[in-house]
Amino acid sequence: MNAPSAPLVRLQDVGKSFANGVAALGGLDLDVRDGEFLTLLGPSGCGKSTTLRMIAGLSRQSSGSIAWRNGVRPQVGFVFQEPTLMPWADVAQNVYLPLRLAGMSEREAQPRIAAALEGVGLASFAKAYPRELSGGMRMRVSIARALVTRPPLLLMDEPFAALDEITRFKLNDDLLALARELKTTVVFVTHSVFESVYLSSRIAVFAARPGRVVETIEVDGPAVRDAEFRLSPEFAETCRQASAALDRASGRVPA
Amino acid sequence: MSEKRTASLQARKTKGSEGEPEGSRSSRLLDIGLPVGVFILFLLAWEAVVVLAQIPPYILPAPSVIGATIVKDWPLLSASLMVTLTITFEALALAIVGGVGLAILLAQSRWIERAFLPFAIILQVTPVIAIAPLLLVWLEPSTAVLVCAFIVAFFPILSNTALGLASTDHNLLDLFELYRASRWKQLIWLRLPAALPYFFSGLRIAGGLALIGAIVAELAAGAAGQGTGLAFRITEAGFRLNIPRMFAALTLISLTGIAIYALFALLSKLALGRWHDSARERER
Repeated sequence: MNAPSAPLVRLQDVGKSFANGVAALGGLDLDVRDGEFLTLLGPSGCGKSTTLRMIAGLSRQSSGSIAWRNGVRPQVGFVFQEPTLMPWADVAQNVYLPLRLAGMSEREAQPRIAAALEGVGLASFAKAYPRELSGGMRMRVSIARALVTRPPLLLMDEPFAALDEITRFKLNDDLLALARELKTTVVFVTHSVFESVYLSSRIAVFAARPGRVVETIEVDGPAVRDAEFRLSPEFAETCRQASAALDRASGRVPA
Repeated sequence: MSEKRTASLQARKTKGSEGEPEGSRSSRLLDIGLPVGVFILFLLAWEAVVVLAQIPPYILPAPSVIGATIVKDWPLLSASLMVTLTITFEALALAIVGGVGLAILLAQSRWIERAFLPFAIILQVTPVIAIAPLLLVWLEPSTAVLVCAFIVAFFPILSNTALGLASTDHNLLDLFELYRASRWKQLIWLRLPAALPYFFSGLRIAGGLALIGAIVAELAAGAAGQGTGLAFRITEAGFRLNIPRMFAALTLISLTGIAIYALFALLSKLALGRWHDSARERER
């Protein structure tokens, strides 16, 4: 399971303090390996989202280093906690946005927009407006937009936290299928133990004050995950393991 | 009837964007018919009171007399209406260009905003009637009237557009940054569309205010002005005790105000159409 080559990105001794003096992160070490589905798991306010934003380049670390394998950050896709769609643009236009900002003409982008929408099962909703869609469908549009540039790295910040469980399970499955098909590396933030175990090949457990990775858990689940996996003993065992790690992480600092 | 209406409203609420449910036509008829009916009743009552109490037209003219005066004096009044309309729309056009332009400038940096916003606020809080005499000293009466109307229409457009530009979704701003969008692209593809609903609510206010500004300034200009707008007709008719004509001019001003509001409400609905809640308020 060990990655033979250098990691896609390596965070070393990273710290982050905000202007109000709050230390969000301190001494964070984390590798992101090619092709893995890495989950950042931890209690609220432990700096998971901050870590993700720093990987995306939306925020700068106060100390430590973030080193990319080729020296530059590749194209990344980002999915926020909210769908974050432009309400004045229809679904196709929203998905077109990253390509449009990259200077691609609409005609040129058309097949890729269609493919991205096909991938999330919204091919027939290209002309719908965001407010006409359900929460789950909006999140699908958001995922299509993040993947339309075929980024080697997809960052997701608690994307399904606001969705009901049925929708969430469905989106989990679809996300796994998409990531496998596109061979995208995914870094996924969640505070749900079950979601993290179901999705990931590896879980990084965070502790708070200051935020850092205290444990990593390899998930030896099957390559293709389904409802069967959710009911399997190894799933339960890994969940127990992750929960225990989370308890230890929270236990170190009294809440 | 009322039960049916409630049911149809509920259906609309849950159905949201889908096709119009049954019964919406009758409820819409009620929406329009009720106020129109009440207004007609009001006019009839007015007419009746004037006739029965034998109130002379130089105190309170009956609606029929006002209507007849509008027809009889139409050449005169329509010319004045055109003058007032021209001033109102010229002032609005200037206010849109100035207000939106300055809002974009203010959005560029907090420092620019801090430096210039007080001026805009001073312009806003000073009652325009108090500036009008000064403007009349400085400027040609016709220009002074235009400037007055501009000043009152300018601020709502500026403040609303500035608010809209500032309240762009932070995640969307992050997204644009992630894809390395230039400031220019961020402005035209994100900030301006996001500010559009705010701009339109400013525009609706400004439309009414521009008319008020034009009327007020013309009243202030009074005898000094060679102005021939509707406000001038009111003053003139007052001097001549031609009360029906006063009412006729007043009616035209009212109708103009309503028309301006309706025009911008329609524009706003067309522009925001399917995407913004404000364009769907009637469906609630």
